[in-house]
Amino acid sequence: MQLFPCPFCGPRPETEFHFGGDAGNTRPDAAASDSDWTNYLFFKHNRKGPTREIWMHLTCREVFLMARDTVSHEVSATEALGGEA
Amino acid sequence: MTRHYSALSVIKEGLNGQKGWAPAWRSPKPAKQYDVVIIGGGGQGLATAYYLAKTHGVKRVAVIERGWLGGGNTGRNTTAIRSNYYYPESTALYDLSLRLYETLGRELNYNIMLSQRGMMQIVSSPGEMEMAARQVNAMQINGVEARLMDRSEVQRRVPIFNFAPDARYPVYGAIYQERAGVARHDAVAWGYARAADALGVDILQQCEVQEFLTEGGRCVGVATSKGEIRAERVGMAVAGSSGVLAAKAGFRLPITSYTLQACVSEPVKPIFDTVLVSPMTGTYVSQSDKGEMVIGGGLDRVPSYGQRGNLPQLETVLSGLLEMFPVFRQLRLLRQWGGTVDVTPDSSPIFGESPLPGLYLNGGWGTGGFKAIPAGGTVFAHILATGGHHEISRPFDLNRFRTGHLLDEAAGAGIAH
Ligand SMILES: Cc1cc2nc3c(=O)[nH]c(=O)nc-3n(C[C@H](O)[C@H](O)[C@H](O)COP(=O)(O)OP(=O)(O)OC[C@H]3O[C@@H](n4cnc5c(N)ncnc54)[C@H](O)[C@@H]3O)c2cc1C
Ligand SMILES: [Zn+2]
Repeated sequence: MQLFPCPFCGPRPETEFHFGGDAGNTRPDAAASDSDWTNYLFFKHNRKGPTREIWMHLTCREVFLMARDTVSHEVSATEALGGEA
Repeated sequence: MTRHYSALSVIKEGLNGQKGWAPAWRSPKPAKQYDVVIIGGGGQGLATAYYLAKTHGVKRVAVIERGWLGGGNTGRNTTAIRSNYYYPESTALYDLSLRLYETLGRELNYNIMLSQRGMMQIVSSPGEMEMAARQVNAMQINGVEARLMDRSEVQRRVPIFNFAPDARYPVYGAIYQERAGVARHDAVAWGYARAADALGVDILQQCEVQEFLTEGGRCVGVATSKGEIRAERVGMAVAGSSGVLAAKAGFRLPITSYTLQACVSEPVKPIFDTVLVSPMTGTYVSQSDKGEMVIGGGLDRVPSYGQRGNLPQLETVLSGLLEMFPVFRQLRLLRQWGGTVDVTPDSSPIFGESPLPGLYLNGGWGTGGFKAIPAGGTVFAHILATGGHHEISRPFDLNRFRTGHLLDEAAGAGIAH
């Protein structure tokens, strides 16, 4: 079992976390074009290697940013969202 | 040299010390230019090459594989073949596949060990039983045979299942598809490879596609670890690596790569003669011809290119197995492995021209593209030969994510996504 460090609760089992998508994928405003909405909703970076993602710690219900490697599964950093992601 | 496989040639070569067999395929040097180049030597890529040569008479075709044939998901999957999907668009694809599988061994002159032992999807509550009836009706309306089994029939067929009064997930019945079953995964890849090679297809192994060659905004070939290879049309069928190649081509896809893992037990005497899945436990199982129990389940919940599999998911799958089959408590596991699967939001595949003109997509199979190899190859060959959609592939175009016409087969996929 891998431990992910929640910025609020510290290291917790991976099963307590939910993947939320690419960091920086900002919600378009209501008037945005279909293709902007399509990109936002469906199209992913799906990076191999180092990546930055949004995760939720289901236990404390906080959403945060996690920098990790999708091959080695090593987590390099987690941080609370500063309101920008 | 003996090329054709038959009982007679086995006897002949047996008497001859097995010295006369021709290699199953050549290992040619890459040419500078092909009509069609296919990236990915899994079942999808190899079947596509075969049908390009066979059905469409395309002369110069190459399959480029960075590792060995079938070394991706095709050689890692649990080989369940079925067509119990919900939407007509899916049925058209998956049932064509099942029908092609039924005659594939003869067509390829290669024993793919197809065993149509039926597949049972366990139903564990009255509410679920109503949904099961709806599923069976949908399948019948789409022209696919399927029926409901009641509890006693399930019990007759699978007496080792947990029918205890205190079972966590009681059996109310099952959805049953008679023609479903399993086949040998490597044999499907090798059979298509050998038949494609005999039709002149160049199979280039240990050759990695590193970049796309573009001219005037159009894909005109690939840069590989063995040099540049140009082509009129380039197809990619790289499953879990779709996102990596898409990034090189300058676009994104509605695909997330996850690990799907599986495991097999030590071989035991024949005890279980069908394929069984329980959506409640999220575990499915069949018994291989060698006697191993072949066990699979849902995706690991962490996006990954790791090809390993994590412990929480393995624990979920195995506790599901023991809940369903208490007798398996004594089984020992032999091997566990993982593959990187290409999961789409609607659990349906993607076919068609990519945002980079000249580059075409076959991917997004997620957890279920082995059963679809013959049909996927058939329609992708049509796309690469003509540049346009096959009737069956059109609903699976990338533009469905813009139009909103998704084909949500999360339930049809049979396991949790
Ligand atoms: C554990 C597990 C169980 C499964 N169980 C089932 C099942 O029971 N039934 C079912 O129908 N499906 C199942 N699947 C899914 C099925 O295995 C896949 O959908 C199917 O094999 C996909 O075939 P493919 O040819 O598209 O991909 P693959 O077989 O993965 O082939 C893609 C190939 O592309 C190559 N490649 C990637 N990048 C490059 C590059 N840059 N250059 C050159 N080559 C490259 C890879 O090396 C690979 O060989 C399972 C999958 C897994 C992992
Ligand atoms: Zn927390």
